[in-house]
Parts: sequence; structure tokens; C-alpha cells
Amino acid sequence: MTDYRMHLLICGGTGCKASESSEIKNQLDQYLSEYDLDQEVQVLLTGCFGFCEKGPIVKVLPDNTFYTEVKPSDAKDIVMEHIIKGRPVKRLLYKNPKNDYEVTTATNIDFYKKQIRIALRNCGFINPENIDEYIGRDGYAALGKCLTEMTPEEVIKEIKDSGLRGRGGGGFPTGLKWEITRNVQNDQKYVVCNADEGDPGAFMDRSILEGDPHTVIEAMIICGYCIGADTGLVYIRAEYPLAIERLKIAIGQAEEYGLLGNDILGTGFSFKIELRYGAGAFVCGEETALIHSMEGLRGEPTVKPPFPSVSGYNGKPTNVNNVETFANIPVIINKGANWFNKIGTEKSKGTKVFALAGKINNVGLIEVPMGTTLREVIYDIGGGIKDGKQFKSVQTGGPSGGCLTKKFLDTPIDYDNLVEAGSMMGSGGMIVMDEDDCMVSIARFYLEFTLEESCGKCNPCRIGNKRLHEILTRITEGNGTPEDIDRLRVLSEVIKDTSLCGLGQSSPNPVLSTLNNFMDEYLAHVNEGKCPAGQCKALVRYEINPELCTGCTLCFRNCPVGAITGERRVAHFIDQSLCIKCGVCFEKCKFNAISLT
Amino acid sequence: MSKITSLADLKKLREEVQSKIKLRENSQNPDQMIQVKVGMATCGIASGARETMKFFVEELELQAIDALVTQTGCMGYCYAEPTVEVILPNKAPVVFGFVNKTKAAEIIDVYIKKGQLIDGIIPVTFKTIDE
Repeated sequence: MTDYRMHLLICGGTGCKASESSEIKNQLDQYLSEYDLDQEVQVLLTGCFGFCEKGPIVKVLPDNTFYTEVKPSDAKDIVMEHIIKGRPVKRLLYKNPKNDYEVTTATNIDFYKKQIRIALRNCGFINPENIDEYIGRDGYAALGKCLTEMTPEEVIKEIKDSGLRGRGGGGFPTGLKWEITRNVQNDQKYVVCNADEGDPGAFMDRSILEGDPHTVIEAMIICGYCIGADTGLVYIRAEYPLAIERLKIAIGQAEEYGLLGNDILGTGFSFKIELRYGAGAFVCGEETALIHSMEGLRGEPTVKPPFPSVSGYNGKPTNVNNVETFANIPVIINKGANWFNKIGTEKSKGTKVFALAGKINNVGLIEVPMGTTLREVIYDIGGGIKDGKQFKSVQTGGPSGGCLTKKFLDTPIDYDNLVEAGSMMGSGGMIVMDEDDCMVSIARFYLEFTLEESCGKCNPCRIGNKRLHEILTRITEGNGTPEDIDRLRVLSEVIKDTSLCGLGQSSPNPVLSTLNNFMDEYLAHVNEGKCPAGQCKALVRYEINPELCTGCTLCFRNCPVGAITGERRVAHFIDQSLCIKCGVCFEKCKFNAISLT
Repeated sequence: MSKITSLADLKKLREEVQSKIKLRENSQNPDQMIQVKVGMATCGIASGARETMKFFVEELELQAIDALVTQTGCMGYCYAEPTVEVILPNKAPVVFGFVNKTKAAEIIDVYIKKGQLIDGIIPVTFKTIDE
């Protein structure tokens, strides 16, 4: 059989699938067979390329041409022009925003220049529904090496030496966790993969499961071998249908090959993997709550100790690791701890996947070495702030992380630096805010999320967050007092110190970090009754400057509530009692006659 | 699918399937690879560039030479179609004219494998914007 001379890779992640990437594949297949090229050119759906801002992505190999924002109707041009005549379709190429030149190959796109892909190594490279492609990329080689050449102790030592820390948020050393679970004596142990990615805006675990499910399966088997477990459970949220489907296909294929099941690779070691579905509660990302949810109980955390390593699922020793953590394991075994621990900073080794979101040009999924600075991530990879606005803040670590300011832009990102700066790594969400965002409203917005997601078991979290939210609402509505600011701080500290689990302990982070970094905005709200960003509707007033107003009637005609009065060619007037502060007049006015105070 | 019952089985399977994705791995660092670019504009196709390209793909694979065979647009040497540009790692690109199957075989045997120049080279008479 002749191998295909050309491969067309189409992003088949959830985001690009929503933009009809499956239809693009159908169209390409159709045109290829029409021109008798289907034996020469292979079309396949892969996992996420990460550059979601410009999706759906189609990559043509071997020339490495990178097409962005492709529509099904573009398939004909790609086949006719590129595949038959060898001319890239210029209008689909990525344009460098700095100089408007087309960039032909993926390697020349700024977005990819500083990235090192370890956990995402196969995403956007292989067909996730074909185990052979994974095996062709040294898949299951690490498993083979562990089972035949290494003792569990040696594998654990390798993981410890690599310096890998949990990628789900806590940053606990993975090798140590495995060792603790191994050292507990019991007839039954479990390996659990935490795929309950609850941070809004974070989708690294989903992308790994969708783009490279076998890496997680392989790592779970290795973990089982190390700790002495014969069963693995993946706790995954039901909102991830594509990830579930691909994982099921992958498990089925691994079973067919005998890589899961009894007597793996003839070594006598047996391991099976089952799925458990979560209903999408944020608190179930906490390992004890997750275990209770798997047991069919309410998803509520319990006090640690006992840690799951000692008493977890059904009271048996359980090792819980996050998807991204597992995705690093096969690489560490294949390339060695000494390869891995040269990447990153002193205490945080390897790379971290971040989901870039918010007011940034290149929204997407990136993987960078630990120690990369926020500036590099936001400006070099992320392409800077949207619409040329000013950077104000970046929130790392999801809804319970902190908001960092300009002065932290050159801080190398690692677990400890982020905590020191008043935020955290979390699972790697990164939300960028610009000059138009009001930090008091942002803090209130995040608190609203944690408030809803609080399981209600312990008082500080259930009641404390509610009070915090009330105070913040009061401030944004213009009824705050200077004492409220003190109350916020004291209450936040209490919640942080006394909550039962990580959710409550970190929920005041957005409040505390904004208090530390943006006190001026809080003061403007309570002392002057002003919202500097102009976001808090109760605090802004739109007024027409009679000297600048030409009486064009544009604002009058656009006001949805009829709050503007005035004759043609005569200065207009806004009735403040009717104004709903929608800002339409401000946007419409061509003479800058409307001001925001 | 048959079961994989030993490490040797797994290694065997890996070697079998690796060729299927080799093209993708190779295209990650094109600079380190032998690149063969076949001019495939209308005139090239009319003069038989498709056959030339197919021959390159099959012959290089048969001889187990790792190379990237791609197509490219019109190079402007319409009198000499099919034209083929060959780039050996760290060497300047060389363009050959009138490449039929016989010529292609010669290019593989003499230039690609031994690095010796052969007749039929079209001299570079232009500058690119990179210079």
C-alpha cells in the first residue's frame, strides 16, 4: 500500500466542531474523491490545535500550511488550488496582525513560537479515535518500559525526580502522592482521574481527552502498576460529551489490543478502567467531594486527613490525579526525569497548559514552560489586548484565583510565584481584563460563581460568601461605606482560614487581590460615588454638553426609553430619572457631546 | 485487531504504524529534511508533473529515503516543465528542468543520494525578497 502523500488535519475539538469542522471534512473528502485524489491525500479530524480564536483550523502537511477560520464552502478551493495546483489559498492564511503579511506555515505564527507541547504533544497531530496513530507516536511504550524493565519503586522514583507537581491546582508532588498510596497496605486500591474541569473558561483537560485520550489511559495503567491498583476510574463531567465519546472509543481499542484487561503485555499485571459521570459541580473537583460523588453520595468534601491516599473510594486507598498531570507521565518515562526537570523553574518543573480568555487577541489553549512570564503569555503568544486597549489585570487560577496587575507582568509563572503574588496556578485558566473592566464588579462576578457552587456544608463558605457578595453588590450600587471595605477584608480572611475545603479557602481570593491591587477603585466607589471604569450602572451619569451638542437628534432617536428630549439644532437634554444608563447615546454621538461622569 | 501480548508485539506494531504518521513528524522540521518540490501549475500538470510527483513519492519510499515531497506553484520556467526543486539539508535549493521519470530516477540516485550535481539544472537568475 502506498502511504498518503499529503495529510489534511482538521481540528475536531468541541469548539471547532461547533463551527462545522466535521462538515469541512465531508466536503474535502467529497472533492478529493471527485478528483481521484482520495488515495493520495488523507483527511482526518484531530484534537485541538489551541488557536481557538481563529478556528476552525485546517493544517496541510507536509508543507505545514496553516489555514484559519475555514468554512465548509472553502473545501473546494483547498482541493482545487492547494492540492491540485500547489498554490496555498491566500485568503485562508493567517495574517500577522503586526504587518498584515500572510503567514504560510504554522511554525512562523507568533502564537506557537514560545510554546513547548508536552501534555498537548499529540493534540492536533493524531487522530484521537485511532490507537495505531498513538502507538506510532511511541504510545504505550512507556507502559511497556515500566511493566517489563522497571519496578514500581523505580517508576515512582523517576516521577519524583522529574519534579512533576499536580496540574489540577494544588501542586502537590505527584511522585510523593503515588508513594504514599503505594505504602498503604490494602487488598484493593484505586486510581482516579479527575476530569471534572470546573473552572469556567478552562478547557485543557477536555482538550487532552478529546485530542489524545490514550495518554491518560496509559498513565493511569502505569499509576495502577506503581500503587498496586487493578482498577481505574475516570470522573468526568457529563457536559463533555465528545471527550466521553472519545475516551470510550479509546478504552475499547485498548481493551481490544489487550493493553487494558488481564495479563497486560504478558506480564501478569491486570488493569481495567471505568467511567463515572459528574453533573458538573465545581466543588466535585475537590478530591474528597469527587470521591463522595462517585460513591453515589452528595458531592460534599470531608475533612482531611484521612487523605484519599489512605481512605478514599469505598474507604480504600485511592490516588487522585488530574488529566493534565497524567498526560505528562508517559513522556517522563520515555524521555527520563532528567530531561523533564531541566524544563521550568527551580520548584516547578515542566510545562503548564493555560486557557487564554477575556480581552485578549488570541483566545486559545497554550502550553508553555514554567517560568514563562505573564508578559510573554499575554503579549507574545496572546497577541496583546483586544482593540488596542490598555491592559489592566489578569486573573489566573479560575474563579478562585486572584487578579494581578501590571507590576506582576514580568513575574515568571510558577506555583510559588503566583501564590506569593496573591493568586494561584489553579487548573490554568487565565482571564485578561482591560481598562473597561471595573474590578469591584469583577470581584462580585466571581463571588457570584463560588456562591452558587458552594455545597453549603460549612458555615464560613455558605454564609460568609453570601455576605461578601451582599457587601460587594452594595458597593457597586453606590450604597457602600468605607466600613464596608474593612468588613470585606476581615470577612475574607475568616472565610479563608476557616472553610472546610479548597473552594471556600480560595473563594475570597478575587476580593482580597482586588482590595490589594485596586484599592483606589473601591475608594472611588464608596467615597466619591464613582465607578472609574464606567461599568457600575448605578454610579454613572450620562450628560450632554450643550456647547458641543449640535442638535442632530441622533441620540434622541436611538434612546430606547425616551429619556432624551430636544428640538432639531438645539442642545438636547437627558432626563436622569428615566435614563437606564445603557450607553447607546454615548456610543452614537458623533460630536463627543455626551460625557460619562 | 489481534491482541498485543508482549513488548515485542507492541514494538512490531509501532514500526508498522509509524510510517503512517512519519510524514507528519517530518514536516515538523522541514529544514532537516530532503525536500522535493514539484511545480504543479497548469503547465506543469499538462507536461506530466503529476506522474513525476507520484514517481518521487513511490521511489523515495521504496528506497526508504526520508524526504518531504510537496507540490508548489508555477516557478516560471514554463519552457522546461515539469520542473522540480530539490533542497538538501543546509544546501541551497537546486531546480531541475524537464523532469520525467528517467530524470527523476537520476536525481534520486545521483543528487539526492550522492550529492553530485547533474545536467539539467536551471541556474538561479533572480533574487527573493528574503535576500
